[in-house]
Amino acid sequence: MKAIKNIRDKIRPHFETGGRFSKFYRAWEAFDTFLFVPEKTTFKGSHIRDAIDLKRTMIYVIISLIPPLLVGIWNIGQQYYHAVGIDPTIQESFTLGLIRIIPLIIVSYAAGLATEFIFAVIHNKEVNEGFLVTGLLVVLILPPTMPLWMVAVANIFAVIVGKEIFGGTGMNVVNPALLSRSFILFGYPAYLSGEVYTYTEVQEGHQLVDGYSGATPLSLVAEGEMEAIPSDFNMFIGDMPGVIGETSFAAIMLGGLFLAITGVGSLRIMLSVFAGGIFMAGLFNVIALNEYMMIPIHKHLLLGAFAFGAVYMATDPVTSAQTGRGKYIYGFLIGVLIILIRVVNPGFPGGVMLAILLMNVFAPLIDHYVIQANIKRRMKRIKNNPVNVKENLNS
Amino acid sequence: MSKTTIKLKKGLNIPLKGEAEKILNTAERSGLYAIQPPDFHGIVPKMLVKEGENIKAGSPLFYDKNNEKIIFTSPVSGKFKEIIRGEKRRILEVRVKADQDDDYLDFGAADPKNLNHEDIMNKLLASGLWSTIRQRPYSVIANPDDKPKAIFVSAFDSAPLAPDFDFLIDGQEDEFQTGLDVLKKLTKGKVHLSINEKRTMRRALTHARNVEVHKFTGPHPSGNIGVQIHHIDPVNIGDIVWYVDFQNVIMLGRLFKNGIYDGRKIIALTGSEVKRPRYWRVIQGASVENLLKNNLSTEDSSSLRFISGNVLTGSKIYKEGFIGFYDSQVTVIPEGNKPEFMGWLLPKPSKYSATRTLFSWLMPWKKYRLDTNLNGGNRAFVLTGFYEKVLPMDILPMQLIKAIMINDIELMEKLGIYEVAPEDFALCEFICPSKTEMQSIIRDALDNIQKEFS
Repeated sequence: MKAIKNIRDKIRPHFETGGRFSKFYRAWEAFDTFLFVPEKTTFKGSHIRDAIDLKRTMIYVIISLIPPLLVGIWNIGQQYYHAVGIDPTIQESFTLGLIRIIPLIIVSYAAGLATEFIFAVIHNKEVNEGFLVTGLLVVLILPPTMPLWMVAVANIFAVIVGKEIFGGTGMNVVNPALLSRSFILFGYPAYLSGEVYTYTEVQEGHQLVDGYSGATPLSLVAEGEMEAIPSDFNMFIGDMPGVIGETSFAAIMLGGLFLAITGVGSLRIMLSVFAGGIFMAGLFNVIALNEYMMIPIHKHLLLGAFAFGAVYMATDPVTSAQTGRGKYIYGFLIGVLIILIRVVNPGFPGGVMLAILLMNVFAPLIDHYVIQANIKRRMKRIKNNPVNVKENLNS
Repeated sequence: MSKTTIKLKKGLNIPLKGEAEKILNTAERSGLYAIQPPDFHGIVPKMLVKEGENIKAGSPLFYDKNNEKIIFTSPVSGKFKEIIRGEKRRILEVRVKADQDDDYLDFGAADPKNLNHEDIMNKLLASGLWSTIRQRPYSVIANPDDKPKAIFVSAFDSAPLAPDFDFLIDGQEDEFQTGLDVLKKLTKGKVHLSINEKRTMRRALTHARNVEVHKFTGPHPSGNIGVQIHHIDPVNIGDIVWYVDFQNVIMLGRLFKNGIYDGRKIIALTGSEVKRPRYWRVIQGASVENLLKNNLSTEDSSSLRFISGNVLTGSKIYKEGFIGFYDSQVTVIPEGNKPEFMGWLLPKPSKYSATRTLFSWLMPWKKYRLDTNLNGGNRAFVLTGFYEKVLPMDILPMQLIKAIMINDIELMEKLGIYEVAPEDFALCEFICPSKTEMQSIIRDALDNIQKEFS
């Protein structure tokens, strides 16, 4: 540790004002503050500060993503072996998954972080930690069949259009990870239609099972194949075709629990999304005009990206509603919209991304009404007690 | 007494080491005393004395250029020594070299009950004790020409390691009551005295006369005057209320009982770096030097932070610095000026977080030795929902701060800027993961609005 510190002290002057690489100070700073909590002390206001900072929070989000990531890696292999009709061991599935996912993660981080660093150096501001989360999220909401170049392009788009043009992390309107996904959805719809979600580059000696399509249950259900819904158990542990992170309800709940306990993710939003989903699915059960509407409520929650969206996407603190009450409304409407899009709109079998992006846009409006309610309470006080005001205004 | 207790749930008691033991020491008399104009926010000091001039306790030192009625007087007798100036020649300290014993200027003793409003005002202004009366909105010295709708006094302090007011009032109950009687004469409205339901025991407080007593429970900032005003009789647009600090009420009482500006007060010397944290009897404007002699964990003062006041709102002073005019507490904590390898990642047990991102929430009994490290870099607002948990007011903290950042005065008014002071946002600032300097944001906003409307 001492050695690292010595190296740091040696390199540092080059990056500071007057040094050879002073232009790249922000890049240096990002690495430096990653290794060391800087010796910066409070100089005004409160003399002591809570140990929480954005780095820690972002790392906690990443920790919470580990369970769905691990199950996702396993499931890539699992689905492949289903496709070629082999019963794999956990290890075999996992190894195959790793081979596929590592390039995805590397490309995702490299493209996004490079863009982020370039902006930090140009604008001379601190590198934000937000991308540590976005980079992983992007991978988890894509199918394993995604070409690497597309992941790179989508990430660069997400950082530039999703964040930097608004002023960086904290200023963005919509969730950058979802924006990058929607970029792919509208730019290259074939890759996200839900029809070829299984990694099917067949290896030597393997052969695809006859009639195996690799389509997700939701896209099959949208075409009326109700029997395509996997068993509750498979959906719970995550053994079904889908995007990498979304399939395992159990793993997502584990991550969600971690987020809720540490307070990093809003439990309020998570619960309201589920409440909204249950409400809407229940409503469809009552209307019951077609087979799709009759899918039991719990299956809706297990299917597709419902749980993943509720736990990891809807809770993004920057793009969600920011007032306490607003969060309930925001979450509930996301839940309602997910099921509504899923059941009523056959064009998009999975409605999670669109529901959340739409509510991201409406979140400020929801907050506006909550804020107005606060203002009204304050104004009412004056109305109830007008004597004081008049006296003071006259004096 | 109002019958219902105002129960506040939101807030935070930061568990710090170094609470003052209830032992009262008397400090050796300092050679130098200083009145520090920065303590009185917004005033422009104009000197009334020349260097070397002999002064008595209660003699004017300077006045406020913005309001010439408001003068500031010396707490001790002696010679006016010098002015210490800072950036832009701003006056930081007005120093007085003290005599061995105090010689007081006589303002005449009188029972406030027998005086009319004008006599009381004159006595307060002449003695310099008017500066103890402050107002909301803006949290500045009150304007003597205003008519406040009510006056507020808090009989407890909930800040980290704060002194116990029940202990401070010992033997001064009559003076305190006289002080309240003075305040009663200053308003047509009520004088509100807030007590802590669990901690305030003294009859002089629970059964104070001439005031309405309100009971509060709950964590810090329940003792903040702004929070109490918000729950008792909130400041609406156009309202003005006044407030006086606890020990200053006692000083007002002494002024009327004895006819002199007797600047004695008791401060709690606290903090993890004080060897023997105790209560000390000092005189207004005293230096902390004598209290800290052989009483610090280390002699290397560059690794210590000296604070007049509490860790959340106090002002940074130096080792020989002076106690602030409104402060009843001095705190010494370690500086956090050393880099820490991977410090943000490892959940060290010595670190404290009010959130559940560290283990501190699992050990509610533990007390901490916290340093001044910022624990992170300044960022845009990212996380939400934390600030509301430590602000027990019907105010949306983040939205108010954002309204200030875009300088929308109308929106600030609507969101309650007049009800808050920097200190009310100190806990929000403490827990902010983006390390936003909220207290100075609020202060600047109040200054701007005041300028706009003056």
